[in-house]
Amino acid sequence: MVDPILGDIAKGEPLTVYTQDDLTFPESIAGLDDLDLSMSWHHNIETVPTLIRVDANGAEEDRIIGWSRDQWQAFTGDIELGITLPEFRPGCGSLSVDPSRSDELNARMGGSGLATRRVDFAELEDEFEAMYDRGWSDGLPLVPPTEARVLRMLEGTTRTPGEVVANVPPDLVDITVEKIAVNAVMAGCKPEYLPVVITAVEAICTDEFNIHGLLATTMSVGPVFVINGPIRREIGMNSGINVFGQGNRANLTIGRAVQLVVRNVGGGRPGGVDRAAQGSPAKIGLAFPEDEEGTPWISLAEERGMDPGVNSLTALCLEGPRLIVDQLSRTPESLTNLIADALLTTHSSRMVAGIDALLVLSPEHMARYVDAGWDRARFRAELEERLMIDTDDIIRGTGGIDEGLPAAFAGKQVPKFRPGGLHIAHAGGPAGLFSSVFAGWVSGPTGSVPVTKEITP
Amino acid sequence: MTTVLDPTNESTPSVLERCMRPESLAGLTVGLLDISKPRGNVFLDRVEERLNALGSTVRRYKKPTFTKPAPVDMRHQIATECDAVIEALAD
Repeated sequence: MVDPILGDIAKGEPLTVYTQDDLTFPESIAGLDDLDLSMSWHHNIETVPTLIRVDANGAEEDRIIGWSRDQWQAFTGDIELGITLPEFRPGCGSLSVDPSRSDELNARMGGSGLATRRVDFAELEDEFEAMYDRGWSDGLPLVPPTEARVLRMLEGTTRTPGEVVANVPPDLVDITVEKIAVNAVMAGCKPEYLPVVITAVEAICTDEFNIHGLLATTMSVGPVFVINGPIRREIGMNSGINVFGQGNRANLTIGRAVQLVVRNVGGGRPGGVDRAAQGSPAKIGLAFPEDEEGTPWISLAEERGMDPGVNSLTALCLEGPRLIVDQLSRTPESLTNLIADALLTTHSSRMVAGIDALLVLSPEHMARYVDAGWDRARFRAELEERLMIDTDDIIRGTGGIDEGLPAAFAGKQVPKFRPGGLHIAHAGGPAGLFSSVFAGWVSGPTGSVPVTKEITP
Repeated sequence: MTTVLDPTNESTPSVLERCMRPESLAGLTVGLLDISKPRGNVFLDRVEERLNALGSTVRRYKKPTFTKPAPVDMRHQIATECDAVIEALAD
């Protein structure tokens, strides 16, 4: 539309026209090629046409965007300019801000400012095999962490790329937001998951959580993350059907990103510092959100001191989930008896006061308690009452089992879990009278203490 | 060529570790990399003769310029096609 008037302007004063796509445009004056969009990117063009006035040194003095006849006339000082054209047209989006091209452009032009070392793969090298060859993978394919993808990932947080988030065991390496973003890209995360991943890395790299210890142990435990607050829904996590299983990108990739950080930055690898005798598929990465909406109970995070509605993450040192099946109990008392019975055998009936556990009640089991008017505190009190163990039953040699407590412990009542060592959450699909328990590792200050942290943008 | 960001703590070189040195070159495919210095080819021609006598299969490669490291594609090609490589640093 503006083609003829570009020629008109050029008659009055020097005019340079850059064309982003069709080099036959304009016809009224020779245009310069900006097919690679470098001019557009460097001049921050968001809309075409944009008309810029520059001084003798090329510095910008003023600009107008789109087509407004009055503006163009005032800008050029030509009151006859474009009088046959419509009064106003908003223009079109510049290709340099097209979402399909802007990340690549930012990486190419921006001098991304990213400090991470670059690794070149050969043209004939399969990039997925190349990442396996370098030992970066947990065994599953990785998304290549190109500069454009890492820049896009970093848009998920307001933190600066160079901020040091934590010191990662076992190699005790300071990790930046940027390096977490590289591993989050590889794990398959979306940018909006990044604040959760960053918080998870902060949580496990504390003295209380002790990621070094749970990495080095021969027991089959790993970090498990429970997410609370509105962010669960905002990033599309699944707290329903198959909550611990496959099928949801956020659930699957957040924990994986953390484990890739431990592997690639911390240097903790199976057969190296990771000495797990058997391991667990849960160690690939396990994060899930609590179903807060499906129960009137306060959430795990609230019980651990967070305010309602705050985004938070709780890191726990646990094995994978184990089913608790009760299809017949219709009273809260009967179901609590059964759950206690199952919890008493976590790791083995002989294991007492040594491990924490996370009990995740399913909606159908939760309904037994809600229908009967039990709240979380009542359930916990009733359950803990039933988790007392008569030590005479588990002294070494009783029942033909050599494992157990020394004879000196005979005649006592001891709790299965240390005070505060049983954690309770709610998640799962609407049908199925099955809950789950995740048992832990050495609990308390000598082992691993769960850590709850607020997730900030 | 794909360029990615190193996900590790960067405490080790980003290039892959070298293979074990072979006991013998007999029967192996050996790459001869000419770094493009004058008369490097003369030296490598003689090396090729000796390798052929050993029963090696010889493949020849030449860097575009001695002033820069071998391009990543050439390194990959050599790694893919050869069991061992000899680089001529003659001047």
